[in-house]
Amino acid sequence: MIDMQGVTKKYPNGVTALSGVDVTIKQGEFVYIVGPSGAGKSTFIKLIYREEKPTGGTVIVGGMNIATLKQRSIPALRRKVGVVFQDFKLLPLLNVYENVAFALEVIEEEPAVIRKQVMEVLDLVGLKHKARMLPTELSGGEQQRIAIARSIVNDPKVVIADEPTGNLDPDTSWDIMRLFETINERGTTIVMATHNKDIVNTIRRRVIAIENGRIVRDEQRGDYGYEA
Amino acid sequence: MNSGVITAMKPRTFRRHFRESFKNLRRNGWMTFAAVSAVTVTLLLTGIFLVIMLNLNKIGTDIENDVEIRVHVKLDAAEADKEQLRTQIENLPEVEDVEYSSKEQELQNLIKDMGSDYTLFEQSNPLYDVFVVKTVRPQETPGAARKIEQFSQTEKAVYGEEKVENLFSFMKTARNVGVVLVAGLLFTAMFLISNTIKITIFARRKEIEIMKLVGATNWFIRWPFLLEGLWIGLLGSIIPITAVAVGYYYAEQAISAKLTGHFVEFIGYIPLVVPVTALMLVIAVFIGIWGSFISVRRFLNV
Repeated sequence: MIDMQGVTKKYPNGVTALSGVDVTIKQGEFVYIVGPSGAGKSTFIKLIYREEKPTGGTVIVGGMNIATLKQRSIPALRRKVGVVFQDFKLLPLLNVYENVAFALEVIEEEPAVIRKQVMEVLDLVGLKHKARMLPTELSGGEQQRIAIARSIVNDPKVVIADEPTGNLDPDTSWDIMRLFETINERGTTIVMATHNKDIVNTIRRRVIAIENGRIVRDEQRGDYGYEA
Repeated sequence: MNSGVITAMKPRTFRRHFRESFKNLRRNGWMTFAAVSAVTVTLLLTGIFLVIMLNLNKIGTDIENDVEIRVHVKLDAAEADKEQLRTQIENLPEVEDVEYSSKEQELQNLIKDMGSDYTLFEQSNPLYDVFVVKTVRPQETPGAARKIEQFSQTEKAVYGEEKVENLFSFMKTARNVGVVLVAGLLFTAMFLISNTIKITIFARRKEIEIMKLVGATNWFIRWPFLLEGLWIGLLGSIIPITAVAVGYYYAEQAISAKLTGHFVEFIGYIPLVVPVTALMLVIAVFIGIWGSFISVRRFLNV
């Protein structure tokens, strides 16, 4: 699904965010990306959905080469990759239903399909009854669930999450993690950058630790490994 | 799933862009108002300016085309001398046309213009025989007149001297200033519109960011903004076009009445209003779309 070989990322300002990164993530895996702030986690995540380009090495996502991907082919990649952020990135003027449907409307899906799939994912995240409410009327956890619903509504092969529980209290974070587990059980690959020690140590999955732009640890069912 | 380029817009999508563009106009009510006002003000100024410049130009041309040199022939000139003078004048390269008018004809013209009181002069005609000379280009009139004055049988060559020279230099300056001003106004309008649309896009950069994240194509993102620019341009052109169409109707009538009988006249209603308003419409549409295009480009190339 995701294959990185000898990946280097150097920003124009001279900062080297990643160097010599080799990783293979198979379809259906659940992977935590851990490490100190500024270690290169976000850059790693951004390479997968082509927010950044590698300056060396190859990154293959779902058969597409990120380094050589043409500007006009980026939309095709983004339709295979769902993204979830710490700050949810919901549109405040659209209601819950519209926010989720937005992801399908912009890829020109049939209206009947949009209705069906939006209601399905809203049911999955448990917010079907709040479909007509605005994001501002919801709690942080609920907003993140809407963002997750939006990221999976077009059935992507992989969901990338950058600190998805960073803005949430512990109880809510567990709800969100259960949701990611459910999505993973349906066969979707999950790649999650996180600082949440409790979650990583409790829901044991593959852990990739990045420090100073290098992978220092890659363990199946690993632990967080840092003092939180 | 295809891995290539996503193109070809469905009709349903185009209807969505339409709806979206109108929704954005409403949602950003004040920004829309500001952008439309910018178009309105600049188009109004441009329109009025065009009307004035085109008419000044027309009047200038009318006056220029009417300029002629009246060559007074010496009273003692014999027929042969007159013929010689005529040949001399005709041989000047600037001269297009020479017509002879005897002093009797001149007097008849005078009587026709000034009234029958002048029939008194029929007893002793004080006028000169005249060659009426037209130059190829109106600007050559003063030079040609100076040359004609040198000929032996010329008493005097008259063409309204300073008045004409002042007019020529005024027309030249007015045209240049007009072109520069209109160009400047249009540039200002485009700048204002593109800036205003930039602000409306900036207000929606989060929306654009999310659209890109979920895989919208650049054209999908661009279309509603281009349509929005088009509507802003069209809305902004309503008042200026109406003002020019209605205003010129009355201006033309009022001024034509005063100019009757003179050799200058304003451009007719239809010949002026149709091209000017059409041009204003084209400008409005162009600056609207162009303004949003350059503004949205900045947000797409990430």
